[in-house]
Amino acid sequence: MKSSVITFPGSNCDRDMDVALKKFGFKNKMVWHDDNELPKSDLVVLPGGFSYGDYLRCGSMASKSKIMQSVINFAKSGGLVMGICNGFQILVETGLVPGVLLRNKYLEFICKNVFVKLDNKENAYFKNLNKDILEFHIAHNEGNYFCTKDQLKEIKDNNQIAIYYCNSEGKIEDQYNPNGSIKNIAGIFNKEKNVLGMMPHPERMIDESLSGEDGSLFFKNLLNNIK
Amino acid sequence: MKVSAVITLKKDVLDPQGKVIHQALDGMGFKNISEVRQGKYFEIDVNENDPSKAKAVVEDMCKKLLANLVIENFKIIETQ
Repeated sequence: MKSSVITFPGSNCDRDMDVALKKFGFKNKMVWHDDNELPKSDLVVLPGGFSYGDYLRCGSMASKSKIMQSVINFAKSGGLVMGICNGFQILVETGLVPGVLLRNKYLEFICKNVFVKLDNKENAYFKNLNKDILEFHIAHNEGNYFCTKDQLKEIKDNNQIAIYYCNSEGKIEDQYNPNGSIKNIAGIFNKEKNVLGMMPHPERMIDESLSGEDGSLFFKNLLNNIK
Repeated sequence: MKVSAVITLKKDVLDPQGKVIHQALDGMGFKNISEVRQGKYFEIDVNENDPSKAKAVVEDMCKKLLANLVIENFKIIETQ
C-alpha cells in the first residue's frame, strides 16, 4: 500500500508519520508542498506541526499551497486523506471537512495523553478495530473545534463525528474536554468518510516502551482495511 | 491605492483572548467596559486606481484567504 506524507514549511511531525507508516508496512513517500502532483497513493497524510508559522490562521497558508489542489482532487475522487493536528487545521481551511479550530479555551498549549472514543466504524479508518476507546497524544494550541449550529446538525445527521474526547471508560463529559471543543469533538469526517481530520496523534503511540500501542492498532488496522 | 480590511469574530464565537484582555484592562482600572473582542487589521496596497475595483479585489481576498467566514466577518473600511 502506498502512502504520501506532505511536508509544508514548518511541519514537524512529518518524519514521525513516515516512521509510523513504514513500521506497519506502508510504502511511504515524502512530498514537498511546492510539488504539483501527488505520487500514486492509497493514503495521503497531512502531518502535524506549525506550517507557515501558524501565520494568519493555523493551516490557512498551507491550504493554499501548490500540492493542495492535487490533494483536494484526490479527496474529491474518493481517495483517503488524513490530517493530524496541523493537518486537521489545514483540512478545515480547505473546506474538505466542516468547521474550524479555534484557540484552546483556556489559552494554554496542551501537551498530554488523552482518551478518545470512536463514534463511527463504518469507514476505512476504524472499521474492524477491536477497541472503542483509544489513548492518543495531543499537543496543540488551536484545537478547540467549532462549527455553526447548522453545520453541527448536518455533521450529526451524516454521522461525521469520528472521535470524542472522553475518559478511560469512554465517558464523554465536559471535564474530559481538554480544549473547549464543541461536544468534545476531537475528529471529524467529510460526508463520504474518506477524509479524516483529528487533533490527536496516533503516530506518537506506536512504541510499547515509550508510549502506548493504540497508535499501532490504528495503523495496522488501517493498512488491513485498505489492502 | 491603499485599501484596509478589518476582520472580526462573529458574535457567537468565543474569544478567549478578548476576555483576558478585558480582565487585564479591568484590573488596570478601566471599569466601564462591557466586552472586548480581538480582531485583525490589514492594509493592502493594490495596484489599481479605481477605488471600487480596488475594494472588490480586497473583498475577494477576504473571502478566499484573509477571513474564515465560518467564524469571522470582514469589513472594508477605507480607501486612500
